[in-house]
Amino acid sequence: MTTVGPPQPAGGQQLTEEQLTGQPGSRYRVVGQSPAHHDFVDKVKGALHYAADWRLPGMLHGKIVRSQLPSARITGIDASAARALPGVVAVLTAADVPSNRIVEMASGGLAELEVSMPVLATDRVRYLGEPVAVVAAVTQQIAAEAAELVSVDYEELPGVFDVESARADGAPQVHEVGNTLVSWQIRCGDTASALAAADVVVEGEYRSQHVEHAYLEPEAGVGWVENGVLTLRVSTQVIEHAATIARILQVPQSKVRVIAAYMGGGFGGKEDMTVEPYLALLVWHTRRPVRMIWDRQESLVGSTKRHPFIMRYRTGASGDGTLTAQQVEIIGDAGAYPNLSPRVLFAAAACASGPYRVPNASITSSAVFTNNVPSSAFRGFGAMQIVLGYESQMDELAARLGMSRTELRERNFLAKGDLLPSGEPLGTCVEVGQTMRRAVALLGEPPAPSAPGKVTGRGIGCNRHPYGRAIWFRDKAAAWLSLQADGTLLIRCGVTDLGAGQAASLCQIAAEVLGAPLDDISIYIGDSALNPPAGGTFATRQLYMSGNAVLQAARELRDRMAPVAADLLGVPPDGLEFATGRVWPAGAAGAAGGGDGGGGDGHGADGHGGDGGGVSVTLAELAAACEQRSISTAHLSTWRGEAGSFDPRTGQGDTFPDYTYGTHAADVEVDTETGQVRVLRYAACHDVGRAINPMRVEGQIQGGAMQGLGYALTEDMDIQDGYAQAALFANYLIPNAQDFPDVLVAIVESGEGKGPLGARGIGEPPIGNVAATIASAIQDAIGVRPAQLPMTPERVLALIDARDT
Amino acid sequence: MNRRRLVLSVNGGDHEVWVLPSDTLLDVLHDELGLADVRYGCGEGVCGTCTVLLDGEPVNGCLILAVQAAGRPVTTLRGLMGPGETLHPLQECFLRRGASQCGFCTPGMVLTALDLVRRRGRTSREEIRYALVGNLCRCTGYTKILDAVEEYADQAADTPDGVPS
Repeated sequence: MTTVGPPQPAGGQQLTEEQLTGQPGSRYRVVGQSPAHHDFVDKVKGALHYAADWRLPGMLHGKIVRSQLPSARITGIDASAARALPGVVAVLTAADVPSNRIVEMASGGLAELEVSMPVLATDRVRYLGEPVAVVAAVTQQIAAEAAELVSVDYEELPGVFDVESARADGAPQVHEVGNTLVSWQIRCGDTASALAAADVVVEGEYRSQHVEHAYLEPEAGVGWVENGVLTLRVSTQVIEHAATIARILQVPQSKVRVIAAYMGGGFGGKEDMTVEPYLALLVWHTRRPVRMIWDRQESLVGSTKRHPFIMRYRTGASGDGTLTAQQVEIIGDAGAYPNLSPRVLFAAAACASGPYRVPNASITSSAVFTNNVPSSAFRGFGAMQIVLGYESQMDELAARLGMSRTELRERNFLAKGDLLPSGEPLGTCVEVGQTMRRAVALLGEPPAPSAPGKVTGRGIGCNRHPYGRAIWFRDKAAAWLSLQADGTLLIRCGVTDLGAGQAASLCQIAAEVLGAPLDDISIYIGDSALNPPAGGTFATRQLYMSGNAVLQAARELRDRMAPVAADLLGVPPDGLEFATGRVWPAGAAGAAGGGDGGGGDGHGADGHGGDGGGVSVTLAELAAACEQRSISTAHLSTWRGEAGSFDPRTGQGDTFPDYTYGTHAADVEVDTETGQVRVLRYAACHDVGRAINPMRVEGQIQGGAMQGLGYALTEDMDIQDGYAQAALFANYLIPNAQDFPDVLVAIVESGEGKGPLGARGIGEPPIGNVAATIASAIQDAIGVRPAQLPMTPERVLALIDARDT
Repeated sequence: MNRRRLVLSVNGGDHEVWVLPSDTLLDVLHDELGLADVRYGCGEGVCGTCTVLLDGEPVNGCLILAVQAAGRPVTTLRGLMGPGETLHPLQECFLRRGASQCGFCTPGMVLTALDLVRRRGRTSREEIRYALVGNLCRCTGYTKILDAVEEYADQAADTPDGVPS
């Protein structure tokens, strides 16, 4: 495995901040602060323009005609009434799609089926809400009316709606090639013998549900043609879909441009294409601008969901609590098409043993087709569902052995250098024990029940969550920086911004290295034509990938300009400090009072002035001096992640670049009469390596935990025989401001991540721990472990009743 | 269907619009008047992203017909700002506390919270939670939003006339 990346700590020694930034001596100036970036200023003003907010001259409105049945043959489509409606400009069906196949790149799993997804269904629909036709009209109302007038004749076919039925002999085939889309295995040691020899073995089966992303901004965008280029400005996490859109239209990739607006939430649900292919078809056919916004109700039915998992665990341990073996089987409901299911189930397998040392492991995972709406990416991506599996096993083991739950975990936590079941050694420190101690401490003394008939309990849940894509994708990200003539800085980087501060943190990193005040930095993101490619915003990869790209670009640009600055200042090139819009002899910036914050006016004209701190030059003067010497102050740099390979037959190899570890802890009160679970206190602690912007880190942890509480206790996108039971947003219960308590946060900064300046990713990890934590607390309260999500009052009451009979 | 002429009084200015009887206030504010701070999120009155103040009280723009708003003062988030886009003190609190992530819920949150503080002055965290039940946020977990509103409510109570703005 070759590693190209930031300097890594060797031999357990942490690098100093000086080594990490290349800034001599002092503390970080900008990194570690929590400035409010320009996009957040726009957000509190209500001034940000989301994907639905653009109007263009002559713009049409698009509407999708969706399947009314989960499994059927299409015997005819009659669009004549729709076409006759005044104001309708186009009605397109499968025959109008130049290449009606979306093929997910095969992931390399065992016996993976190659199944394409049509843009518009041809002769068969496989889930309720599958797009069949698409309409453009002069108003949104007319488009909706026309969509109703498209008459589709169906011949209903038998369907299959759960993974166990789908794997049974004689099950209806969702696709002719079979119902098991892919399987993965990860194996090490001799699991069967180790389980047979174990002093104690626990086992359990755990089930999770379909979940809706429920970003508040529905899928939306606008498209137009300009200079022969199809351009889409959409709410998307991935501008690289431009290449897929070009294939669908059968035009060169140079003729499609995708612009990502700042998103009103995504959480993985805007990682696959949503409105893009339909907008593209309508724009290309009509040659007019088109806008498409999915209704919330349409989004509930037709958008991708989180995979329901069945997780079967057997875990063996010796009498002192040391884990000896684990056998895991995971089955995920892929729904009707592949989408990202192979990768989700890979992540599940790779993380199935959690943050624990398991010397003998046999892990399998499979994605299975059903006639449910497709499952795909959702914050946590397979690595979150399984936390309920491995943490339930730990709590069961602790109970069986009569050990405390924390002591059992401490005994088995991974450490740097340990091998994962895939055979890879862990390259960075594992501070999960510290996160556990701090999360529990945040809760304080356990509360007493508030009334008779109520019982309280405390739970914990630890996790190991990857950041960055699977190593075998050979990930890369590029960034371009330019020091302008007036000393201000431009950043171009093809990231998309979900609202987590993806763009803002890149500015902080560049400011740290180049000394440009944040107010003097503008960043241009999310444009497949004008930005260097950075890959999509998913897999908790953007700080890790684009953060490293910006850090590398900034260091390289500084290294190029340093000799010029050194010449101007009469000091050696390695004796410089870039801060507050100036370049100083090392140590002088702090002496001049420039060591705080990264604000300040920075680029005045009194460069050689030397007021209080001695001689310095402004970045504007440096830019001018570089120009005189024909040295470019613009710089493009590509950062490459680790490369490696995984062998699906042996179940050994490289999986993910690194992991973020954390622990949540909760106190709950259970009403034994009703089964109602009230969360009294909730605490979360993760090791983020380095907090680039601590307030944003806290926000990610609080938001992730809250989504996790919904997943654990209230949210269920129940699909019965292919029909979503929540047809209204009112029927899908995401947490409101009253449902749960504040999320208390502690941040550990080990300084040992593989991201920029030692950071680890924190976007996805904090949603993982929650269901396990709440299940642990309920078990502590009532003595029985919930094994099915969400843990509704009905289910908890059933557990209490079963316990008492 | 026939459009009818309507005068909407929005953020202190009168706007003549031609609307269908079925057009919601949200449709007209967002699409006709170009107010991007009034947003479609669900069309059911559940999520609160289309919140505006009508006669000074928060309402869901998706549940009110445009014709019902004729002649009544409508305030959107942008109407809270002073000249040169000076932030309202509550907006300052949202910014300082990191209460926006994706920002999609922010206008509705701010308007609903402002109404609460105008009515109640200093208020408890539990009362803030109750007031914000109709404004969903999927990003922040609410903690920082509650922090921001609480800070503003305390400021409001500490100013001589009870409310800073």
